Amino acid sequence: MSTLEFSHVTKRYRVRGAGEMLALDDVSFTLTSGQTLALVGQSGSGKSTIAKIITQLERATSGDVLLDGTPIPVRGRGLRRYRQQVRMVFQDPFASLNPYHTIRHHIERPLRLDKVVPPDEVDAEVIRLLERVRLDPAATVDRRPHELSGGQRQRVAIARALASRPALLVADEPVSMLDVSIRLGVLNLLADLQRESDLGVLYITHDLATARHFSDRIMVLRHGVVVEEGPADDVILRPQHDYTRALRDASPDPDAHFAGSSASPRS
Amino acid sequence: MTSDNVLTISGFSVVYDVEPPVEAVRDVSLEVRRGEILGLAGESGCGKTTLAYGVQRLLRPPAVITGGSAVFHDAQGGDVDLNQLTDEQIRAFRWNKASMVFQGAMNALNPVISIGKQLADVFTAHRPGMSRAERTEECGALLDMVGVGRDRLRSFPHELSGGMRQRVMIAMALALRPQLMIMDEPTTALDVLVQREILQQISDLRHEFGFSVVFITHDLPLLLEISDRIAVMREGQLVELDTAENIYRNAQHEYTRRLLRSFPSLTGSRGDFVRRGDGDVREGAA
Repeated sequence: MSTLEFSHVTKRYRVRGAGEMLALDDVSFTLTSGQTLALVGQSGSGKSTIAKIITQLERATSGDVLLDGTPIPVRGRGLRRYRQQVRMVFQDPFASLNPYHTIRHHIERPLRLDKVVPPDEVDAEVIRLLERVRLDPAATVDRRPHELSGGQRQRVAIARALASRPALLVADEPVSMLDVSIRLGVLNLLADLQRESDLGVLYITHDLATARHFSDRIMVLRHGVVVEEGPADDVILRPQHDYTRALRDASPDPDAHFAGSSASPRS
Repeated sequence: MTSDNVLTISGFSVVYDVEPPVEAVRDVSLEVRRGEILGLAGESGCGKTTLAYGVQRLLRPPAVITGGSAVFHDAQGGDVDLNQLTDEQIRAFRWNKASMVFQGAMNALNPVISIGKQLADVFTAHRPGMSRAERTEECGALLDMVGVGRDRLRSFPHELSGGMRQRVMIAMALALRPQLMIMDEPTTALDVLVQREILQQISDLRHEFGFSVVFITHDLPLLLEISDRIAVMREGQLVELDTAENIYRNAQHEYTRRLLRSFPSLTGSRGDFVRRGDGDVREGAA
């Protein structure tokens, strides 16, 4: 059981010639293993800044980020150990895998670097990880990224993230670059893995519909401020804040659009 | 007498002449009615953009139009078979009668030329008789029309947000009052709020000027809301064409139904997709 806590986190970026830009303004939330928290908001709302601070690619200007009550280390072995616990899946599966290396190499690396398993068990662990993300190991392990489809590549990225047996996973728009018919497959996979391994998942997205169906809670961010946070269905179906309502009303919703006219809805 | 259709596409086929040849568009026939929004839906590689480019004769080798025709029915009378036009004729036709908002259009503006000047280019090319003052006035009016405002005429693209740049592209497509506007993923890169504003703008302008829109996107829920009719493409072929409501309620083709199931409902009940999506299917390498 792990808990990541953002406590009054503020982040300012210095902008040349324009002073400072307030990217996050007093943001507090908790991400616990076994739970999926969706982070929604427009571009520029601070979603990715939160991801960067969690993974320590950026540091908070003020406020605390705590893993199980201890501040996250900013360098050295401690930071490395922290990063084994908190892994990231990026938006673009075409850019996040190295075209020169085989799939085996991608997944082996964290296993060896973090000494997750003894060296003679690495091969078996690679196979096991590929199976966990529902890829056929024999057909993928010695391939290079360009030989796989976008969905397969994103599964490889997920397998790599899982290699160090993290407690928390940050998924930044993990399906927005995939073809629509395979998006749900990848989201279902994340949901399955979350249950199997009691993972905590931070699902960053601009898509309210998948945020609602694949998360326990939703947090709405606007200009770096959390405007609303609550159980997924409540936030979408009974939004408390005008901004949340505006986001929801702007999202396509054919069911509501065609409701009222006759005949049965689609099966 | 003018036809009820603005465009009739029959048996249209495009092949990418590579080894092995790729049949990108296969025997597609459809009509675009005057004043309607026709949604063109499908996943990447289904041929929807190739079809649009083919109709406008914008394809370059190795793409070859191997068959079929696209006939434009001018409201001023006369049918034009686009494949039969000379290069000079098609150049005059494009933008004048049928314009296009390209995919990633907001990045299609030239970064070192003011948007006023880029808009004026359209008139310089197609309305050589116009004076500079008339051009400036017309460009200002266009920017007002799409909600950017004429005070932005001297702005450069980087000074505008993505949504504003997209509006500039729409203004440009609108400049010569075409009868048909083909929009390829015009709002895909934008936030839902900005997307909604732009869709509203397109809808208002369409009512004002009465042009038809072919709206290309993979976002089927969006098309269901804004289109009169929807065409679904897969692997170069047209699999289904019907009114938005029929597609929603009573899709005939299994692929259309699968596409519909790929989008969870925003406010409806939780679908069984959460468990039954293809997440359990093992994906082998291609």
